[in-house]
Amino acid sequence: MSPDFLNFIETVLNGLMTGVMYSLVALGFVLIFKASGIFNFAQGVMALFAALTLVGLQTGQVPFAHLINAVLGTDVHHWGPGLPTVLAILVTMLVMIALAFLIEKVVLKHLVNQEPIILFMATIGLAYFLEGTGDLMWGADVKALDVGLPSGGSFWWEDVTRNWAPAGSDYFGMYIDTLDVSAAIIAVVLVVALTLFSQYTATGRALRAVADDHQAALSVGISLRSIWVIVWSIAGFVALVAGIMWGAKSGVQFSLSLIALKALPVLILGGFTSIPGAIVGGLIIGVGEKLAEAYVGPLVGGAVENWFAYMVALAFLLFRPQGLYGEKIIERI
Amino acid sequence: MLYRETGDFKSSYAADQQTFPIRSERYLFWGAMVIAFLVVPFFINDYWEKSVLVPLLVWSMAALGLNILTGYCGQVSLGTGGFMAVGAYACYKLMTAFPDLNIFIVVILSGGVTAFVGMLFGLPSLRIKGFYLAVATLAAQFFLVWLFNKVPWFYNYSASGQITAPERTIFGIAVTGASAPPWATYLFCLTLVFLFAWIARNLTRGTLGRSWMAIRDMDIAAEIIGVQPLKAKISAFAVSSFYIGVAGALYFSVWLGAVEPTEAFGINVSFLVLFMVIIGGLGSILGSFLGAAFLTLMPVLLKNVMVGGLGWPTDLAAHFEIMLVGGLIVFFLIVEPHGLAQLWRLAKEKLRLWPFPY
Repeated sequence: MSPDFLNFIETVLNGLMTGVMYSLVALGFVLIFKASGIFNFAQGVMALFAALTLVGLQTGQVPFAHLINAVLGTDVHHWGPGLPTVLAILVTMLVMIALAFLIEKVVLKHLVNQEPIILFMATIGLAYFLEGTGDLMWGADVKALDVGLPSGGSFWWEDVTRNWAPAGSDYFGMYIDTLDVSAAIIAVVLVVALTLFSQYTATGRALRAVADDHQAALSVGISLRSIWVIVWSIAGFVALVAGIMWGAKSGVQFSLSLIALKALPVLILGGFTSIPGAIVGGLIIGVGEKLAEAYVGPLVGGAVENWFAYMVALAFLLFRPQGLYGEKIIERI
Repeated sequence: MLYRETGDFKSSYAADQQTFPIRSERYLFWGAMVIAFLVVPFFINDYWEKSVLVPLLVWSMAALGLNILTGYCGQVSLGTGGFMAVGAYACYKLMTAFPDLNIFIVVILSGGVTAFVGMLFGLPSLRIKGFYLAVATLAAQFFLVWLFNKVPWFYNYSASGQITAPERTIFGIAVTGASAPPWATYLFCLTLVFLFAWIARNLTRGTLGRSWMAIRDMDIAAEIIGVQPLKAKISAFAVSSFYIGVAGALYFSVWLGAVEPTEAFGINVSFLVLFMVIIGGLGSILGSFLGAAFLTLMPVLLKNVMVGGLGWPTDLAAHFEIMLVGGLIVFFLIVEPHGLAQLWRLAKEKLRLWPFPY
């Protein structure tokens, strides 16, 4: 195989890995949209908030230390060496469940039957609120997150692929980040688990019933409000996983919340209501983006990654307005 | 008496259809305008100009534009930042290419350029609806900002990649550039905003505005009774982008003086203007102003209280501010989803019956 072709394969592989990460975020959106018809813009910030909380617990920071110091004039920063990783993840999960509960109690309960745009705005408000709270609680500096996943390039894969090129050519093997590989595996496990959960448990069936028809679900005795708490908790769990992956990859910082914006074209490509759509859409966007950066980027000055996904989604929507796997849009008067 | 129809007789259709049907409302409006045009310019200083009044006017203009698109025509757009960038860069290119052109004309022309770009990005709205459209407009946002970053022609090949507004005058008085007096920039913005708010008000209650509202309420039904979706949607995108472009031109040339695209026209700007429209009230001219005022004045107030009053560090105050803005947005949506304009409407209804509500 010629080096050019091998480079192409490498770009595609890396694109697939990035795509999996996008899918992780998009998955949270789809879950909430299916169950409550809410387009939850706060999903990215929830990932950031979860990652911040996890790091804070791991390193034993005192929450709101900055605020306490400013108000009381004290100098508190850490309360101890911090929790072990597994315990910290569990506590963070509890925090995300508490958050889901609060969101339902304080916000969603009062906005039942409002127009979708109002609910959308409420989640943007929520995103700002969570972002401010996260910064206020744990500080805004960039933090490293280490949960014991392997990271760095895979030497084994580099050695294997080096021999694929014809002897004597200038080719040094493919670079694949082991962190991306574990992220992909975890994403697959997560999707399988979610699918099994929604197919074979009573709660899962209730979730699907609500997604199908709110009123019919209510009439057979499914409590909408508890379903919403469950859905937001699951979305919080997905956010936690996404936060761990993205945090381990590029550090826990504000820009983490912007991955939500990257998940949007994935969503419209795959359709708002489809879990397989979120996965396939993520992969298409990931690969497309990397290929565009590698082959179109040099022609126009680089950084096409920022908008390419949106343009792909836009062009795609012109031909199929409901996305790849979305429900057919039927309009009546 | 205060705020009564009693004794306010109307003898023509024109009088019956005026914007402010009640006399005390008219007095209130014209009184406010007299103060804004004739009193404020004498007391304005640099601080009030740069951090309160000019921002207020610029954001009002942008909010008016987005309200036409989202509030009247029902097309959610997240591309406001990108369109403001088009206005700003069009203004810069025109200012530097034609130094003798009056700045007033330059600002209007940059609105025209933005209207054209807005029409292009409005085309998908004929097929894509709702949230799908909102995400599609993000393409405009990211693509336009990228374009102004990457193509050196737009910033005249300057080394820093920034654009800086040269000094331009009206009647011999500078309104852009570093030496422009506060009252001149304020009056320049105020005149434009007044003029375009008046146009917007009359556009929205004419044929065009009614076709927009028909499309917003139900596009298929509107199509069946003879409203052309193509004409209505594209014209809404054009008019809205025109306003946003003018706002962008003022934002760059009068308010900031020098901008760098990623910072000044990022996605946050789009959200900010959308917040203004939602908090102020969708489909209301007054709402655009109220929303802009709320989101411009509140951070200034908060900053003064927390940094000036309580002596907190600025980064802490900034985090607190984001949190509070988010909390307030949620609070407002819960209390009054139709915005501040609706509160004002309710207050007026109450006032008419006061003191004997029955």
